Amino acid sequence: MIIQKQKAYENIEEMLAPYQKVFVAGCTECATACKTGGEDEVAEMKERLEAAGKTVTGTAIFDSACLRGEVREVSREHQEQIEAADAILTLFCGAGVQTVGNYHEDTPVVPGVDALFVGETIRAGKYTEQCQACGDCLLDVTGGICPLTRCAKALLNGPCGGYTEDGKCEVDPDTDCAWLLIFERLKTRGQLDKIRETQAAKDHSDHHPPQTYKWARPKKKKVKPTA
Amino acid sequence: MSLREALAGEALVFTGEVGPPKGIDCDEVWEEAEDFRDKVAAVNVTDNQSSVMRISGLAACIKLKQMGIEPVLQLVCRDRNRLALQSELLGAAIWGIENVLALTGDHIALGDHPQGRPVHDLDSVTLLQAVTALMNGRDLAGNRLDGAWKRVRLPKPKDGSKQKRKFKYEGPIPEKCPTYLPGAVVTPCAEPVEPQILKLEKKVAAGAKFIQTQAVYEPAALERFMKAAEHVGVPILAGIVMLKSAGMARFMNGNVAGVSVPDHLIQRLADASKEDLQKVSIDITAELMRDMAGMCKGFHLMPLGWSKPAVEAIEAAGLS
Ligand code: SF4
Ligand code: SF4
Repeated sequence: MIIQKQKAYENIEEMLAPYQKVFVAGCTECATACKTGGEDEVAEMKERLEAAGKTVTGTAIFDSACLRGEVREVSREHQEQIEAADAILTLFCGAGVQTVGNYHEDTPVVPGVDALFVGETIRAGKYTEQCQACGDCLLDVTGGICPLTRCAKALLNGPCGGYTEDGKCEVDPDTDCAWLLIFERLKTRGQLDKIRETQAAKDHSDHHPPQTYKWARPKKKKVKPTA
Repeated sequence: MSLREALAGEALVFTGEVGPPKGIDCDEVWEEAEDFRDKVAAVNVTDNQSSVMRISGLAACIKLKQMGIEPVLQLVCRDRNRLALQSELLGAAIWGIENVLALTGDHIALGDHPQGRPVHDLDSVTLLQAVTALMNGRDLAGNRLDGAWKRVRLPKPKDGSKQKRKFKYEGPIPEKCPTYLPGAVVTPCAEPVEPQILKLEKKVAAGAKFIQTQAVYEPAALERFMKAAEHVGVPILAGIVMLKSAGMARFMNGNVAGVSVPDHLIQRLADASKEDLQKVSIDITAELMRDMAGMCKGFHLMPLGWSKPAVEAIEAAGLS
């Protein structure tokens, strides 16, 4: 999930200062789970903006704001409200903000949310970063623990000298040293050999942003009806 | 005598260390380096030590070289990507700087530019691989170094068939390749130590020819480590940071992972009068070196400005 948090209201207010009429948009996916732009947050934002003297021309919750087709469809349903607005306030991650912005090229889109990272939800409200979307997953080697993300120095060949006796990282006494976790897990499994081999410097050549990715539609196989 | 020759010899080897300043007022550093002249085999020059922005280590190494003092160029992976690290290495080579120490580097968040973006494109192991590659006439990506290979025209096929390859490369030509003495570090008192050993093995496989350790203050701990690291087969210099006061020792215990100063040493520093403090520090360093001399190839002294006391400690230990 894309872990995210809403920007401070004062910040949102500042960005919206030039615009009187605002359309507020949320998303049913990560934004709902992270409570940045679900039904409740969109309703609350509408109330707050109106109390501050803004005109809210309408609201919508996309079923995935990062899905071009969905954005098109929902936008058509709310066409009049969106056309009446000076700006669209989005309460979801930057992928959604830009999907919406790409469709509504003439209307400024104001980001009400900061996307933080790709992570795991430990429980509602508590998240940890797990993946940098590096494009070449090596979790098989490292016992299912990502050193690129969870080691502060993204080390691929074992720990630095900075872990403490209680297994924490030098950078943050509340964070476990990822390499000790990897080491202990592989040791327990009898798989330490996996990390004895040197990992070459990571090949980023195919993963420089901005990336695109396209899969070929699988051809439908004709299946003969069986008698 | 070069560090390479010193490490190959029978005698214990001592290395010192200087930290370039933030700014261009380097007089103190040159003086400290001067203190070490003829007293140590080489002087490490730190690389933005503690993630604090300072003058370039390579620039300082060049100056040391000009002064006739053998430098060890420390290179951390925090501030430069693979291009910058390799070009730094090539730059070192043309100034005759061959000792290079590959380190991960402290995290950027702990220094004076926490706003910056840490690089960590390579790690200490892959940096050592880059050093080794350059010595063999190629860069980390496998490209040939200019001049290090001879392009030879292949004879045309006699049967008149189409020639697939017109040239081949012969080499590398040793005089046209940089020479380095690659070194690495290890934290012998890290708990657990096994992951350190595992990484040390990789560093040696990647080409490390000597090791300087993080500070050790317990001979028994060094002995345990040396047993565990026996098989790696490269000379190890045990590190000692000069203890300037009881407060500093306590600070290191609380804040520097993998370093532990035993209470009895802290007590001696605490009991010393202000005038005696330096003398006590020298005594402690000399005693530690005497106690650990049988276990390792020598010592890497990190004086943090106390170059004269460090040299006095070497003399007081009576080992050289
Ligand atoms: S190695 Fe880490 S960053 Fe890369 S894909 Fe796997 S989990 Fe994500
Ligand atoms: S202490 Fe562990 S997690 Fe932190 S930077 Fe070092 S190896 Fe990575």
